[in-house]
Amino acid sequence: MTTTAAATAGGRTGRAAQTTMAQALGRALRDAMAEDPAVHVLGEDVGTLGGVFRVTDGLAKEFGDDRCTDTPLAEAGILGAAVGMAMYGLRPVVEMQFDAFAYPAFEQLVSHVAKMRNRTGGAMPLPITVRIPYGGGIGGVEHHSDSSEAYYMATPGLHVVAPSTVEDAYGLLRASIASDDPVVFLEPKRLYWAKASWSPDAPSVVEPIGRAVVRRSGRSATLITYGPSVPVCLEAAEAATAEGWDLEVIDLRSLVPFDDETVAASVRRTGRAVVVHESSGFGGPGGEIAARVTERCFHHLEAPVLRVAGFDIPYPPPMQERHHLPGVDRVLDAVARLQWEAES
Amino acid sequence: MTVQELTGAAAYRPTPPPAWKPLTDPAPLLPDPEPYRVLGTDAAAAVDPDLLLRLYAELVRGRRYNAQATALTKQGRLAVYPSSTGQEACEVAAALVLEERDWLFPSYRDTLAAVARGLDPVEALTLLRGDRHTGYDPREHRIAPLCTPLATQLPHAVGLAHAARLKGDDVVALAMVGDGGTSEGDFHEALNFAAVWRAPVVFLVQNNGFAISVPLAKQTAAPSLAHKAVGYGMPGRLVDGNDAAAMHQVLGEAVARARSGGGPTLVEAVTYRMDAHTNADDATRYRGDSDVEAWRAHDPILLLERELTGRGLLDEEAVGTVREAAERMAADLREQMNADPPLDPMDLFSHVFEERTGQLLEQEARLRDELEAGQGPHEGEAEEAR
Ligand SMILES: Cc1ncc(C[n+]2csc(CCOP(=O)(O)OP(=O)(O)O)c2C)c(N)n1
Ligand SMILES: [Mg+2]
Repeated sequence: MTTTAAATAGGRTGRAAQTTMAQALGRALRDAMAEDPAVHVLGEDVGTLGGVFRVTDGLAKEFGDDRCTDTPLAEAGILGAAVGMAMYGLRPVVEMQFDAFAYPAFEQLVSHVAKMRNRTGGAMPLPITVRIPYGGGIGGVEHHSDSSEAYYMATPGLHVVAPSTVEDAYGLLRASIASDDPVVFLEPKRLYWAKASWSPDAPSVVEPIGRAVVRRSGRSATLITYGPSVPVCLEAAEAATAEGWDLEVIDLRSLVPFDDETVAASVRRTGRAVVVHESSGFGGPGGEIAARVTERCFHHLEAPVLRVAGFDIPYPPPMQERHHLPGVDRVLDAVARLQWEAES
Repeated sequence: MTVQELTGAAAYRPTPPPAWKPLTDPAPLLPDPEPYRVLGTDAAAAVDPDLLLRLYAELVRGRRYNAQATALTKQGRLAVYPSSTGQEACEVAAALVLEERDWLFPSYRDTLAAVARGLDPVEALTLLRGDRHTGYDPREHRIAPLCTPLATQLPHAVGLAHAARLKGDDVVALAMVGDGGTSEGDFHEALNFAAVWRAPVVFLVQNNGFAISVPLAKQTAAPSLAHKAVGYGMPGRLVDGNDAAAMHQVLGEAVARARSGGGPTLVEAVTYRMDAHTNADDATRYRGDSDVEAWRAHDPILLLERELTGRGLLDEEAVGTVREAAERMAADLREQMNADPPLDPMDLFSHVFEERTGQLLEQEARLRDELEAGQGPHEGEAEEAR
C-alpha cells in the first residue's frame, strides 16, 4: 500500500511552512479522521486541552466530542474500550499520556490487542493505533522518560513504529491508522518541537510501515538507529568525517516489522555496524538487531556489531539524564572500537 | 405434578434465592447529602481554640510554601511544581490527624502534607527539583515516596496497614489521591482489598474539580466520589475540603475508626485547584476565571480567619506572628534551593540493586572514564527540550 498524502488530502495547495513534529502528527490525525469516519481518537486530555503535547489540538472542535474524546482517567479502560470499538468496526487511535503511564494498559495490549487476530483465526483483526510519547531528554521527573519499546517488540502481534522526522511522523501515523493490525506508535517526545520545512499538501509518500531508510550514505560503517537517536547519529556522522570515517546512518522507522533487507545490504557494504538507542542495552532492541545483522552479514563483518544504549538503570532524575542518554561522544567511541587497525 | 399443584397457587410467594442476605446495610455507609462543614456552623463552638490556631498557622505556612515553590519553579530551581494552593486545608489536616507511628502515602501534589507532617521542605521537593527521585528515607518519616503513577500508591497503603495489623501494631495508613485517580483500576482494587481485610486505612480523595483539563463530570457519573465507598462496604464521608476544622474532624474520626479495628473509610474532600495543574499547564484552555473567583471567596484561610476573628481568637499581632514564621520558612527554603544540589553521576549505579551487577560495574567504569577524559556529556540532547 503506497498512497500519496496529496491524493488523500483533498486538493490543498502545497506550501512548505515550518512545521513541528507535534503539528505533523496532529495533521495526520485530522486527515485520517476527515477521510474515514471510523477513526476515533480517545485518551486523557485529548479533547478540550488538545493533549498535553497539543498533538490533538483542534480535533474535538472540528469533529466533535464523539470523535475525539476526553475519557475517564484509566489507561486499561481506554485501551479495553478501544478493543470493543474496534470489534464493532471503528478504528480507534488511543493516546497514552506518557510512556510510563501506558503500563496500566499492558494487559489489554498483550492479552487482547496483540492476540485477537490470531485467536480468532484471522476473523477479527484489531485496527488500533496506540500513540505513546516516549523517551527522555525533556527534563521530566520520574515516570516521564521511559523507553519502553523492548516490551512491545517482545510481544508478537504488535507493530512497533517510531518516527524521527516531521515528514515521517505524518506518513507513518497515517500508515499506522490505515493498517488493519495494531500499531504501537512511539513518538519521541524530545523531537515534538523539532521543526522542518514541510507541508502535508506537497505530495509526500505514505510508506507502508516496515521500511527502513538510509538517512546518510557512507562507506566506513553503518549506524543503525531509530526515533530520538537518529539526530544524534547524524550529528555523530558529521563529526566522524574529521576522523576520516564516512558513516552510513539507517533510520529503522519501524522495529516491527523489521527491515532486514535494508540493514543487511548496508552492513554488507560497510562491514561494520553500531546499533544506537536510548532504551537500556540489556534485553533491549540492540541485542535483537545485532543478532540479526550477525546472522546475515557474518562473512562481511570486520568487527563485532556494537551497541550504544542507555545504561541498565531506571531512568535517572532530570539533572542526571545527560549522563545516561547516548550522545555523540559515546557513538564515536563505539565507532572507534570497530577494529580499524585491521584495515591498514 | 405441576408447580401450582405442588405449592398451591394462592400460597405461592416469590422468595429470595436460598442463603441470600444483604452482606452490609448500605444506609450507615452513605455520605451526607452535602459536604460536611464546621466553620461558620454551630459545631464550630465545640472545636478546641488551640486546634483552630494551629490549623491557621499551618494553613498560612502552607500557602506561603506553595507560593515559594511556584516562584522557585519560575526561576528554574524546580523542574516542575504541582501546586496545592487552595487545597491547604486537606493537606494540613491529613498530616495533623496522624500519630508519629502512622504512615502517609502522598501523591505528587501532596508535598505540603509531607511538610506539615514535619518533613524538611527541601527533602519534600527533591523529586521536583530533579536531582534525586526521593529526597528522604520513607521509613524514617513514615512517608511513602511521592507517587506519580496515579492511584498506584493506594494498594501499597492497604498492604502496609494490613502488615502492621498482622504484626499487632496499631498503625494507620492515610493515602491521598485526586478525583481523576479514582477512575484508575488500582483505586478500586485498593478499596476492595481494604474493605475485605478491614485494613486500617483512610483514603483521602481531594476532589479539586479537575484532572489536568478534565472536569469531574467527565470522570464520574456517581452522585459523589464518596458514594463509591458504599459499593465496597465502607463508609464514605463527604466534606468541605476548604473547611480545615471539618477536614480535621472527619479525618480524625476515620483514623480513630481504623485504629480501633473498624476498618477503612473513604473521605472525599470537595476543594478546588486554584493554580494550573502544574507550571507547565495552561488552565485558560479549559476553564474560565469566574469559577476560580467563586472559589476565592471560599478560601480555606479566609474561612478559618473569619471564624477565629469572629470569636476573638485572632488579633493583628497573632496574625503577624504566624506570617513571620511563614516568611522565615520561605526564606530558608529559598536560600537552600538557590544552591545547586551536589550531584554524583556515579549515583546512577548505586541503588539499582544491593550489589552492582557485572554489567553495571562495566557501565559505571565507562562513565567514570568518560568524565575523567572530560568528554562533554552528550550535547545535542538538552537543547531540544521545551
Ligand atoms: C497512570 C497515570 N496516568 C496518567 C498520568 C498523567 N497525569 C498526571 S496528573 C494527571 C491528572 C490527575 O488528576 P487528579 O487525580 O484529579 O489529581 P490532581 O492532579 O488534580 O491533584 C494525569 C492524567 C499519571 N501520572 N499516571
Ligand atoms: Mg484533581
